[in-house]
Amino acid sequence: MSSEAIAERSRASEFWDGARLSTPVVVASAPFALLFGALAVDNGFSVFEATLMSAAVYGGASQMVGIELFGQHVAPWLIVLSIFAVNFRHVLYSAGIGRRFAQWPVLQQMLGYFILTDPQYAISERRAENGQPVSFIWYLGLGLPVYVFWVVETALGAYFGKLISNTHSLGIDFLLPIYFFGLVMGFRKRPLWLPVVAVSAIASIIAYKTVGSPWHVSIGAVAGVLLAVILPPHHSGFGARPGAEAEERP
Amino acid sequence: MSTTFWVIIAAAVATYLTRVGGHLVISRFERVHPRVEAGLNAVPAAVLTTLVAPAVLSAGPAEWAALIVAGAVSLRGGLLSMFLAGAAVLILARQFIA
Repeated sequence: MSSEAIAERSRASEFWDGARLSTPVVVASAPFALLFGALAVDNGFSVFEATLMSAAVYGGASQMVGIELFGQHVAPWLIVLSIFAVNFRHVLYSAGIGRRFAQWPVLQQMLGYFILTDPQYAISERRAENGQPVSFIWYLGLGLPVYVFWVVETALGAYFGKLISNTHSLGIDFLLPIYFFGLVMGFRKRPLWLPVVAVSAIASIIAYKTVGSPWHVSIGAVAGVLLAVILPPHHSGFGARPGAEAEERP
Repeated sequence: MSTTFWVIIAAAVATYLTRVGGHLVISRFERVHPRVEAGLNAVPAAVLTTLVAPAVLSAGPAEWAALIVAGAVSLRGGLLSMFLAGAAVLILARQFIA
């Protein structure tokens, strides 16, 4: 076998490595894509518009908020602002994952940021933490199936309208929290995990009750992150311990 | 093109800005301070928690049972087994607690 063929095969296996990890995400997001399509048409979108929104925005929660406001005939700029607010958490993902993309060509980085969703970020970070490389082809293997299914299922949901009749007894409304909870548990070995989770939980609940959704997401997240920033960095495993020479830079 | 079309395009641009913006700001600094690095490390748990906590508070026994089982499974199993266990408990419990 030529070395090119071997390299080709290892690239393919890296792609499938990522694709395998995408299965739970595809399964978990399928009901939401169908539901989004159905609700979008219900709120006055055409099938094309619903599908376009899934393909161009590609952010489940924000799309739900968007069509909800659209149905209430809220001003267009306010709809866009709300979608921006729901998606604002991605700024933190983006800042965190840049170090994993550093070796990729610029075009691949641009595409990488386009498909940077909650699970995409969480699973990539976990891979990097395990000391495995986050290559573009692996990242694409993880993200592409999720994207394709998301767009196709939106179109199906929009086309068939209210395909899902009894969403409550199927637990549709609570599948995402279960899924996100699993991702939270996946990070439990990180330093400061419990204090960060506790602070974020309390702050987001208070914000949810006072300021309201969707701002509780950004407020809760910032509270947890601030805790890690304020505590001396050695708690997080960075920089020198106090007493061992107060030099912060390595 | 309709207003809806332009709302979608504007929303897509705004969303892309959130996805690339954090990196563009961070990459301006040559050296990342340990405190910034500590903060970035806390991001995934912090953000994902906010997507769960308010939903848990306003949920009922069926949802709590699902989360407890899912949490227990996640200590041993992978993400998919934990998710399926939680979903199964949720659907089952909701048949009884309506």
